[in-house]
Amino acid sequence: MNRESMESRIWDYLDGRSNPSERLQVEDLLKTDIAWRSLYDELREVHDAIAATHLEGPSLRFTRNVMEEIGRLQIAPATRNYINKRVVWGIGLFFILLVLGFLIYGFGQMDWSGGKGSSFAENLGKVDVSRFFSNTWVNAFMMVNVVLGLVLLDHYLRGKSEVGRRKTTR
Amino acid sequence: MLTGLDDNHIIQKVLGGDTQSYATLVDRYQNYVFTLALRMVKNREDAEEVAQDVFIKAFRALADFRGNSKFSTWLYTIVNNTSITYLRKKRLQTHSLEQESVFAQVDARESTLSANQVEQKSRVAAVSRAIGLLSPDDAEVLTLFYKAEQSLEEIGSILGIEPNAAKVRLHRARGRLKEKLETHFAEEIKNLN
Repeated sequence: MNRESMESRIWDYLDGRSNPSERLQVEDLLKTDIAWRSLYDELREVHDAIAATHLEGPSLRFTRNVMEEIGRLQIAPATRNYINKRVVWGIGLFFILLVLGFLIYGFGQMDWSGGKGSSFAENLGKVDVSRFFSNTWVNAFMMVNVVLGLVLLDHYLRGKSEVGRRKTTR
Repeated sequence: MLTGLDDNHIIQKVLGGDTQSYATLVDRYQNYVFTLALRMVKNREDAEEVAQDVFIKAFRALADFRGNSKFSTWLYTIVNNTSITYLRKKRLQTHSLEQESVFAQVDARESTLSANQVEQKSRVAAVSRAIGLLSPDDAEVLTLFYKAEQSLEEIGSILGIEPNAAKVRLHRARGRLKEKLETHFAEEIKNLN
């Protein structure tokens, strides 16, 4: 096992992030393997040294300064209260309809009768998009549209995985 | 006295109009916020300015705190963003801090701190100074984990990265701190062993 991998396992052990079986394995290695014991002692020293450092403090007037500043301010209304959800949904709907419109137009030009020369791949080549995509601005707009869609999808999936992780850790 | 109340309770009081209750939160977190800011901007005056800015921003945005995370995690996210903005403004981007010239600046600052001979002898002070020599990213992740008691999941949320990436960053930061201790503070560490 290389040093990096050993360090990683020892840090996990020191941080209390090893599962019970991994913990037992590391403890066993520390008892029997000199290299492991020596590395453990090195890392333990760093670990304890960082933990022993003190927090720094600001000036004694700090709280008073903050409170004086705050006295001149007001709490801003919650973002969720002044962003109208209907507007957000409306914008989203506009983009979805736009993409759907292009899809329907494309599919509408396909020959659905079947038989020779009407396979999906061949039909796809017949779709005339030049009427729409002949302009640089339209191309750029559609590209931005697609990127925004991917960003939103990524955001949505990350949110879902975050919720899933919280549920499993509870 | 509000010192015994939990953060969410105090926040509800502040949102309900009792602005003065906010002082309890400032007292409770000022050292954490200041230390984090100091680790990033590397200068006490700047750190105080950043810390003050953080508490003012947090107050203004308090209605947006939904309680999904700990108040401290939310607050440290503001510290992270404010410090990065501050560093950008001062043209001291986090990456450029790894450059030799900036280390020279940090070293120069450290040498002015060395007047206190007693502190210089102390192992704790040596470690603090070694942390001061790290890049803001490394110093921040160490402070969040060891001093601000944030889990890797929470650190990930503060820094906008996955918990695994936070874990890797923490491991690397500890490795680089070890190097700094061995390179710059070998004597202090040895003497105290």
